[in-house]
Amino acid sequence: MTAFLIGQWWLVMIVVISLVPLFRKISREGLFDALVSLDRRWIFLVMLWAVLVPIYYIGVTGDTFPEVPSALAQATFDEIEALEPGDRILLAFDYDPASEGELGPMATAFVRHAAEKHLKMYFIALWPVGLQMIDETVSRVIESDFPELVYGEDYVSLGFKSGGEAVIKVIVTNIRELYTTDSRGTSIGEIPMMEGIENIQQMDLLVNISAGYPGTKEWVQYAVTPYPDRIRLIAGATGVQAPLLYPYIPNQLPGLLGAIKGAAEYEKLVTDAYGGENPDPKYLEGLRRMGPQLVAHLLIIVLILIANVLFFTSRKREASG
Amino acid sequence: MKRTIPLLITAVGGFVLIAAYFIPFTQGWGESVAVWFDVLASIAFILGGGNLLKIHLKKVSDRVPGWGYSLIVLGSFLLTLGIGLLKVGVAPSEQYPAFRWSGYYSEIGAPFWFFYEYAFQPLTATMFAMLAFYIASAAFRAFRAKNLEAVLLLGTAFIILLGRTFAGVALTSWIPEGSVFAGLRVENLTVYIMSVFNTIGNRAIMIGIALGIVSVSLKILLGVDRSYMGKE
Repeated sequence: MTAFLIGQWWLVMIVVISLVPLFRKISREGLFDALVSLDRRWIFLVMLWAVLVPIYYIGVTGDTFPEVPSALAQATFDEIEALEPGDRILLAFDYDPASEGELGPMATAFVRHAAEKHLKMYFIALWPVGLQMIDETVSRVIESDFPELVYGEDYVSLGFKSGGEAVIKVIVTNIRELYTTDSRGTSIGEIPMMEGIENIQQMDLLVNISAGYPGTKEWVQYAVTPYPDRIRLIAGATGVQAPLLYPYIPNQLPGLLGAIKGAAEYEKLVTDAYGGENPDPKYLEGLRRMGPQLVAHLLIIVLILIANVLFFTSRKREASG
Repeated sequence: MKRTIPLLITAVGGFVLIAAYFIPFTQGWGESVAVWFDVLASIAFILGGGNLLKIHLKKVSDRVPGWGYSLIVLGSFLLTLGIGLLKVGVAPSEQYPAFRWSGYYSEIGAPFWFFYEYAFQPLTATMFAMLAFYIASAAFRAFRAKNLEAVLLLGTAFIILLGRTFAGVALTSWIPEGSVFAGLRVENLTVYIMSVFNTIGNRAIMIGIALGIVSVSLKILLGVDRSYMGKE
């Protein structure tokens, strides 16, 4: 850290100089009064540095915090790990670029894990731009690192269908009713890996990456609940959504990755199992994003504590007249 | 007639779906109703587009304050729709090279892909990222330990905030993992809060919501509640 600060002295200077007016305000008005009348733009600036500096630090040094996988991340990993080469896995990408920061790393890790296991991957999306999320992940993982996998034989993108939970309700018993072509317009009949696929009950595992509605909750309600013996589901969800999915664990949802923390834990498991000596940074994105999250969380805690000290001090002053 | 037919469609669709869940014989009927729903959902996109055009064209024609933004919305919408539907700049697919429109509309390098990659994606990601600044501001201005409930909420928030980062692990790493006090390590407290208190609360809420949904659904299916069709 010290070496970084010395090496990147210009960054330290920029941060300090940007905060000089704040220090001057504090010295002029006193700490208490300056903080009570603090313009919220100062908080925005401090948050900017709290996120930007760790991103830069991790980018320069490559350092990440050690992660100990939780039981849920381990369960998620084990679900895919238990599959045999050639088994079918349905990957539903129900998110958009707004949630890419949280869900992109786990999508990458899921696809990489499935590719390493030589599973047959069926991609679908219930969100309009889910298709673009699929394309990006396929390009990032399969096309660049697994060129031996053939489209239509090892993986296929069935694309987006509108209707939310109604789509799940149909494909759980008859996928051909809705999906007559893949996302590029090729007839399902011409895709070798779709041969004999009538419904998603034939999938060995469902993986849902979800940022809201429709998402994991709908997959649990309309796919897993009616067919608990035939459909197994694991999921990755945003931090906001994950607490709402805990009631389904473990019977309806044996594995769940919550936000970037869950992604980092899962990444560690996948990297330990398949990463080799020097894993590609794109497979460590979750771990790398834990740095900015740490500093941002600490900043929020400090802000809450300062605000409460100010609140109680003000109340005490008012009470004493 | 204007209200009776929608009421009938709702009732039939709803009861068929209920029956399809419990009676295997009627599963195919449920499938058909769900497919109709999917078709309607697709048509809703067209209605949505039409509505967007109507609202923003009116704003532009009335020159309401901020009509320039409406102009940008209309321009972006029509441009994206046009290049997507017409597959502008998309090469024919290898499978059907003789057909100009056989290519993939979102092919890398095509204008549609360009708009998505360099406009839609960064804009939506930026909008979401701005939440971090507002949360920080709200943390400073709104979260006050005014009473016992607020203290409990703040305490739980601190544990979860710390537990979702390495700070939590580092803070209580001095407690041996195998000891009787291991449950007090922040990362273990986080798991406990999420899997016990959070699950209990959420299950209770879910059961309540489910009962409410059953009641409201029955009212809608039986035609007692017609508010979803708008005013008379």
